[in-house]
Amino acid sequence: MRIRSNMKQTAVMISFAISLFTGSLFIMPETSRAFSGQVIQKGASGDDVIELQARLQYIGYYKGKIDGVYGWGTYWAVRNFQEAFGLPIDGLVGASTKNKLVKASKYDEAYVKSQINKGGSFTYYGKGTSKNKPIAQSTPPGFSQNDIQLMANAVHGEARGEPYEGQVAVAAVILNRLESQSFPNTVSGVIFEPRAFTAVADGQIWLTPNETSKRAVLDAINGWDPTGNALYYFNPDTATSAWIWTRPQIKKIGKHIFCE
Amino acid sequence: MLRGLMIAVLSLAAVGAGVWGYQEHKEKNAILINAENSYQRAFHDLTFGIDRIHDQIGATLAMNSRKSLSPALADVWRLTSEAQSDVGQLPLTLLPFNKTEEFLGNMGEFSYKAAVRDLEKEPLTDKEYNHLKNLYNQSADIQGELRKVQHMTLKNNLRWMDVEMALASEKEGDDNTIIDGFKTVEKKAEGYSETNASTLPGDTNELDVNHLKDSKAAPITKREAKERAKSYIQMKQVNDVKVTKSGKGSDFSFYSVYMRNNKGEEANIDITRKGGYPLWYIVNREVGEQKISLNEANNKAAAFLERHKMKDLVLYDSTQYDNVGVFTFVGQQDKVRIYPDAVKVKVALDNGQVVGVAANEYLENHHERKLEKPVLTEKEAEKFINPRVRIQEKRLAVVTNELNQEVLCYEFLGTLGEETYRILINAKDGTEEQVERMNQAEPVYDNLL
Repeated sequence: MRIRSNMKQTAVMISFAISLFTGSLFIMPETSRAFSGQVIQKGASGDDVIELQARLQYIGYYKGKIDGVYGWGTYWAVRNFQEAFGLPIDGLVGASTKNKLVKASKYDEAYVKSQINKGGSFTYYGKGTSKNKPIAQSTPPGFSQNDIQLMANAVHGEARGEPYEGQVAVAAVILNRLESQSFPNTVSGVIFEPRAFTAVADGQIWLTPNETSKRAVLDAINGWDPTGNALYYFNPDTATSAWIWTRPQIKKIGKHIFCE
Repeated sequence: MLRGLMIAVLSLAAVGAGVWGYQEHKEKNAILINAENSYQRAFHDLTFGIDRIHDQIGATLAMNSRKSLSPALADVWRLTSEAQSDVGQLPLTLLPFNKTEEFLGNMGEFSYKAAVRDLEKEPLTDKEYNHLKNLYNQSADIQGELRKVQHMTLKNNLRWMDVEMALASEKEGDDNTIIDGFKTVEKKAEGYSETNASTLPGDTNELDVNHLKDSKAAPITKREAKERAKSYIQMKQVNDVKVTKSGKGSDFSFYSVYMRNNKGEEANIDITRKGGYPLWYIVNREVGEQKISLNEANNKAAAFLERHKMKDLVLYDSTQYDNVGVFTFVGQQDKVRIYPDAVKVKVALDNGQVVGVAANEYLENHHERKLEKPVLTEKEAEKFINPRVRIQEKRLAVVTNELNQEVLCYEFLGTLGEETYRILINAKDGTEEQVERMNQAEPVYDNLL
């Protein structure tokens, strides 16, 4: 009984696979490539990058994890591949590089994706690390996703009612303090310095931040500073310290005045 | 009967409320004491740290052998950074307490630079020795003041939570020994920060030239600023525009323009008053699903820079965050990369709109440079690199070094195992100016947000 039901299952699977295969033949009559038409550039992420990494790994150029993010490891793999195959060495994966790569390698999309989604140890192509769809993510140099999350918490607690520019500005002040000698040198040190942020003092920092505050933090880390290098800001309606008014003011964004 | 029952119930309730209230009070006290103790610890740690710093600097003054001087200075550096972290835990940010921290920072910087220097080859100069002596006297003063405060807090049982309350209620008139004590410490430190100016080895906190501050370009009016903003940010159906001028605290004056359109999209841009250059701008809107590739977005970014006459730029780095591409362009002159002239451009990957530009670094630093000829050849420079690193890319580049000076370097990108490194070798003398491990993508631990 058990054998028969197994056989039945395999028969169904095989017919399914065949129909899939023939189906794909009809959709893509010329080549078996699955790459989309885009030119893949360093920094990109997504399915094309997964395929690129898998193919490069298949022929031994790429040795890292298949994580779907075109980072440095992938960049050198592409360049070395281009060099070996007589292509212009620019790290850009355009039509000619893709064609050469498709001819030289194999890619079993369903298998690679299922391994990535299982998240278990993944020995043939590489190792998956997480169950979620994007399994890796670019972060700006020097900051982890957790740092970004912590800053997003602070920004949300301090400035959630403010315009977007005001949220970027609060994140920029945290970063300016990080650089300054007069303040602690870590993200957590700056945020949790006693009396530095009211949102920390009254616990609003532990509200769940939204997507906007995270975007604001990323913008600030990437170099956008709406405040003109401000180290302090205050709300003129609620400020309790007389001293803060003596700081040279740079500009006002939303309800906050930013100063040196 | 009924009355008796009522009395019993009510008195029971009263007792219950009393017990509950007492427990609440106890809990609150426990938490208060906990907070108080962590402040006390930070404070006593700080005074102890200053004691040690003072002792250690004193010891270095008498040292003659280079062998013992370097470790002693390294120890000073370690102690100052500990003291700095203690200061960071005290509730003083809103008090004018920066100078003390700055003083600690300067001391740390000096001791670090002197400690890592090869003192055999480059012994401390007389000037530096005097500076060290100066630091010794300063730390003595600060130590004295802090000990006074410490003595008073111990003798009178002063509590930091009261400082917290005093700061919160802003009762300046109150006699608060801790606040007053720290104000004295701060005044002392302030006095030094002026005499300290630029006696440190290679101490330059700001770049020598800021082309925005010293710009001689003609100033523009508010109306012109509005027009320029509109031409930079190609926003349609704008129905609200506001222009404000920067405050007096800014290094140079600029206009901030705010725009909003019918769809609720917002944009902010800062434009310099002199010359009307765009410092940065951000468009805030929901970015839809990715429709164009990072490479197409790259071309849009490059076209944008071309259109706005930011020339001689090459792509240095590109990264994709969700549905936004961020591109870093750096300057290029005679095939030499100029890293200080950096511009960042942010492109939405749904329709290719340039949704952000950060050009302040470029505007502050960009000028026609007199490039020196490299003394070393590329081959010679390569010999200074760890032989285990496999070099993949090399070029000449101008970078800003630790002392905030622009130097000509050979830039090598190489791999060691799975990691990529960027190594900068000074083209004049082969100093390893910087070795940096390049960032890799980080695995997602959970769905963020």
